[in-house]
Amino acid sequence: MITKGIMAGLFALGMPILAWAAEGAVAPAYRLVTFLVFGVVIMLTMYVTYMASKRVHSASDFYTAGGGISGLQNGWAIAGDYLSAASFLGIAGLISLYGYDGFMYSVGWLVAYITVLLVIAEPCRNIGKYTLADILAYRNDPKKVRVVGAISVITVSTFYLTAQMVGGGVLVKALIGIDYEVSVMAVGVLMLAYVLFGGMVATTYVQIIKAVLLVIASIILVMLVWAPYGFSLPEFLAAVVGDDKVQGQVARLLGNSADTMSSAELGQRFLEPGLYLKDPLDQISLGMALVFGTAGLPHILMRFFTVPNAQEARKSVIWAMAIIGGFYVMTLFLGMGAAVHVGATEISFIDKGGNMAAPLLAQYLGGGADSVMGNFMLAFVAAVAFATIVAVVAGLVLAAASAMAHDLYVGVIRGEHATAAEQIKAARISTLVVGAIAIVIGIAAKGQNVAHLVALAFAVAASANLPCILLTLYWKRCNTGGIMAGMIVGTVSAIALVMVSPNMTYPLKVKANATQLITDAASKRLGLEDTLAAVSPEERAYKDATKALEKLLKDVEKAEADLLRYADQRTSIVGLEEPLILLKNPGIISIPLGFLAVILGSLLWGRDRRSESRWTELYVRQNTGLGAAKASVHG
Amino acid sequence: MSKSPDWEAIASSPKFKQLVARKRIVLSGLMLFSVCYYFLLPIGAAYFPDMFTQQVWGHLNIGLVFALSEFVVAWAVALIYLRIANKKFDVLAAEIVADVEAGQ
Repeated sequence: MITKGIMAGLFALGMPILAWAAEGAVAPAYRLVTFLVFGVVIMLTMYVTYMASKRVHSASDFYTAGGGISGLQNGWAIAGDYLSAASFLGIAGLISLYGYDGFMYSVGWLVAYITVLLVIAEPCRNIGKYTLADILAYRNDPKKVRVVGAISVITVSTFYLTAQMVGGGVLVKALIGIDYEVSVMAVGVLMLAYVLFGGMVATTYVQIIKAVLLVIASIILVMLVWAPYGFSLPEFLAAVVGDDKVQGQVARLLGNSADTMSSAELGQRFLEPGLYLKDPLDQISLGMALVFGTAGLPHILMRFFTVPNAQEARKSVIWAMAIIGGFYVMTLFLGMGAAVHVGATEISFIDKGGNMAAPLLAQYLGGGADSVMGNFMLAFVAAVAFATIVAVVAGLVLAAASAMAHDLYVGVIRGEHATAAEQIKAARISTLVVGAIAIVIGIAAKGQNVAHLVALAFAVAASANLPCILLTLYWKRCNTGGIMAGMIVGTVSAIALVMVSPNMTYPLKVKANATQLITDAASKRLGLEDTLAAVSPEERAYKDATKALEKLLKDVEKAEADLLRYADQRTSIVGLEEPLILLKNPGIISIPLGFLAVILGSLLWGRDRRSESRWTELYVRQNTGLGAAKASVHG
Repeated sequence: MSKSPDWEAIASSPKFKQLVARKRIVLSGLMLFSVCYYFLLPIGAAYFPDMFTQQVWGHLNIGLVFALSEFVVAWAVALIYLRIANKKFDVLAAEIVADVEAGQ
C-alpha cells in the first residue's frame, strides 16, 4: 500500500522532471538512459524501504534498527553515510585541478576514523541508546544536557544538511539539467520516503547500496584508467606529468612564475604540494576539525547504536576504514585520470569546483560524448552521485529528528514519560518537520556559497560535541556545568570565528575582483580571438580557445552580475568590510576553547556527588559492556 | 532482571584496574602516534618542500609516498588496535562480566 503510493508519487514527480530538464553534462539524446538508471536505483531502494517498513514497530527500530545491524553491514553503512558527494565528486575534482594538494586533502578524512575507533565507537555503543545526548545524560542532569546536546546536534546536522541539499541541487542540475528547485525537492521527498517508512533499517540499507554502487563505479573507472599503463604507478605518473593539458593547467595556476619553467617541470609540479592549499596553519586547523570532528558528527555517532555490542562496533569501524581509505586512494587515479583524459579546462567549464571530473572521466572512458557506452557510464556515475546525496541526507535527517523527538520531546518536555506509540509518532513527526525544513532551506539557499558549511559542521562537532563526549566518558570531575559550557562555547566560538573569517562574502572585495576581471577580460579576449583566427577549426587549439572564450564570457557575465548585486553594499552580513581573522577553518582556536570550557565549567559548577558516583557505573559499563548487551536483545 | 551490580566493587577490582590501565596506555599511545603522523603531512608539505619534491621512483616523489603512507599507517594502527582489543581487552572484560554474574 505504502510503496504503491510512493511509486505513484515518484512517477508523478518524474514527469515534470523530464519536462523541465535543460542543459547538463548529459546530452539530451541520452537523458532517457540516465533516468532509466536513476529509476533502477530508486526502485531498488524503494523495495528495500518497503521490506524495512514491515520491521519498524518501535522507537528502537526506528532510530537504531533494533540494534540488529552486523559489523560488516554497519561498516558499509558508515562509508555510505560519510562519503558525501563532496568527497566522491569534490575530491576527485580537486585532484584533477590541483594534483597533489587534492590528494593530501583527502587523507584527513580517513585518519579521522582513528579517533572514532579508539575513543568513541565502543564506549558510545556501551553507554548510549539512540542519541548523542543519551551519552551526556548518563551521569549529568538529563534535562539540561539534553537541551544543549540537542541544540548542538540540530546545528551540526542543519549546516551539513544545507550543504548537501544545495550541493545536491547544483550537482543534479549540472549533470542532467533538472531545475535546481526540482532536484532539491526530489532529494527531499525520496529521503523522507526512506526515513519515514523505513526508519534506520531502510536508511542503513540505502547507505549500504549507495556505498556498494560507489565502490563498484570507482573500481571500474580506476581499472579503465590504470590498465593502459599495465597497472604500474610510475608509468601512470609519467603519463600524467607528460600530458600537455596537465602542464597547461599548472602554468595557468602558477601565472607569471611559470614562464621560466620547462614543460617537464610544469608537469612534475602537478605532483608537488602548494597549487591549492597555501596556508599551512589553515590546513592544520582543517585537519584538527576533521580528525576530532568526525567522532562528534551525530549521524556517524548514531550508527554505533545500530550494532548489538562493542565488538561489532569495533568491527564496523575497521570495515568503514577499509572502504573509505580504499576509496580515497582510488580518487588519486580518478582525479589524475580526469586531468589527463578530460583536462582541467573542460572540467572547470561546467563546474568551477571540479565536481564534474569523475562523471566526465566516466563518459570519456566509455567512449566519449557521442557514444552510447560513454553516456551510459556517465548516467551510472550520475545515478551514484544522486544516491550518494540521498543516503547522506537520510542519515542527517534521522540524526536531527532523533535529537528533536527523543531528547527534546520525550526527554525534556515529557520527562521521559511517553508510551512506545507516542515515541514512534514523535519520531515520524520530527522527521517530517526536519525534512520539510531541509527542503525549504535548500531552496532558500539557492546560489549561496555553502561549501564552507561542511567544514563548519565538522568544526562545531569537534569543538562542542567531542570535548563533551570525551570528558564525560573519561574524566571523573566532568559534570552538568561543564557539558553546558562546552556545548555553548564550542558551538558559538566555531560559528563566530567563521562569521568574521574570509569565508563570508565581503562586497568590497567581490566588487574589486569583479572590476579587475572585467578589465583583464578585454585583452584576454583579443588574445583568444587572435588564436582563433590563426589556427584552423580542425585543430585542438581551436577547440580549446573556443572553450576558453566561452568561459571568459561566462565569467564576465558573472562579474557584472556581482557588481550589480553588491552595488550598494560595503560590509559582510556581520558588518565587516574585511575579515577579522585570516583563518578559514576555526578548529585550531575553537577546539581548545571547547575543551577549556568543559573543564572550567565543571570546576566552577562545584563538586557534583551524583555525577561522580554515576561516573563509576559509566566507567565500568563503557569498558566492559555490562548491561549494554541486555538492552539490545530486547531491541 | 537481577539487581544492578555493585559498580564501586567492580571498579576497585584488580582485573578492572588492569583492564583500564592497559587500555589507557594502548589508546593514548596509538592516538598520539596517529595524530602526530597525520600532522607531519601538512607540516612537511609546507615547510620541507625540498624533501617532498625529491623523486624516488620515476616521477613518484617523497610527498606522494608520504601521503600514501598515511593510509597504510592509519590501517596499520586500526589493525594493531583490533588485535590487542580482541586478544586482550575482550578477554579481560569477559572475565570481569563473568565474575559479576557469578557473584549475583
